[in-house]
Amino acid sequence: MGELVRFIAQSLVDNPEQVSVNEVQGEQSIIIELSVAPEDMGKVIGKQGRIAKAIRTIVKAAAVKEKKKVMVEII
Amino acid sequence: MKSVETSGKTVEEAILMAVAQLGVRRDNLNIEIIEQPAKRLFGIIGGKSAKIRATIKRNIKDEVKEFLSKLFTFMNVEAKITVTEDDSKIMVRLSGQNMGLLIGYRGETLDALQYLTNLAINKDSEEYRRIIIDTEEYRSKREETLRRLAKRLANKVQKTRKSIVLEPMNPYERRIIHSTLQNHPNVITYSEGDEPYRKVVIKVK
Repeated sequence: MGELVRFIAQSLVDNPEQVSVNEVQGEQSIIIELSVAPEDMGKVIGKQGRIAKAIRTIVKAAAVKEKKKVMVEII
Repeated sequence: MKSVETSGKTVEEAILMAVAQLGVRRDNLNIEIIEQPAKRLFGIIGGKSAKIRATIKRNIKDEVKEFLSKLFTFMNVEAKITVTEDDSKIMVRLSGQNMGLLIGYRGETLDALQYLTNLAINKDSEEYRRIIIDTEEYRSKREETLRRLAKRLANKVQKTRKSIVLEPMNPYERRIIHSTLQNHPNVITYSEGDEPYRKVVIKVK
C-alpha cells in the first residue's frame, strides 16, 4: 500500500526523489505517512484538499481486500 | 521532454543529424528552426550554418496507458486499458473482473482515478489535455440517470411550484442537470453552496 502512495505522489510532484513513505502497522489499521518537499506540498494536497482526498479514495479502494483500515497522512 | 540542438550546412542536414542523435523516426520529432543558413559572400566572408532544435513528440496515449497500468499493478487490480484520442479529449476505457471496485460509491473512485491521471499527465506540459476514464459505460449510464432525474424533478417543481435542492454533485454532473433543463419552458436551474457540496436548485420561472 505504501508503494501505491509513493507512485502516485511521485507522479504529481516536481521533486520525486524527495518523496518518502513510511508505513506504521497497527492492530486494526495501517497508517501511511507521506512526506514530500515543502514546495511540493500543494501538489499532493490540492485546493481544499482535493488531491489528498483523491489519493485517499484510491488507497481505500485498493485496501478493500485487506482486513485493515488504511489511512494516509501527509506530514 | 527530450530534445537536442544540431547544426548543419542546410536545415535538412541538421534534421538528419538530430534524427541520428535521438534515434527516433523523423515524424516523431517537432522541428524548430533557430537559425537559417546563410551563404558565404564570394565564398569567403561570413556564412552561417543552419541551426535547429528537435524535440521528441509526446505520445500521450502511451503515457496514459503506462501510468494507469502501473497504478493498477500497485493497486493489485487487473484491468484491460484501451485509450483512444480525438481533438478534444483522451478517452480511456477499462474492462475486467473487478470494475465495481474501480467505480466506487457513486463513481467516486473512478472520479479520483480520472482526476489524478489528468494531474499526472498534464504536470509538465503547456497544453492541457482532458482525459476521461470510463468503465462498463458507467459515465453514459449515469448521465442517462441524471437526465431522467432532472426531467422528473422539473415536472414536480412545475406542479408544486416549490423549489427542489438536489444532493451535492461534482461539476460534471451538475452540468448535465443544467443542460437537460436549460430549454425548459417553466423552470430554471442554478447552483448554490461551496465545493465539494455544491448543489443544483430547480425553481419555477
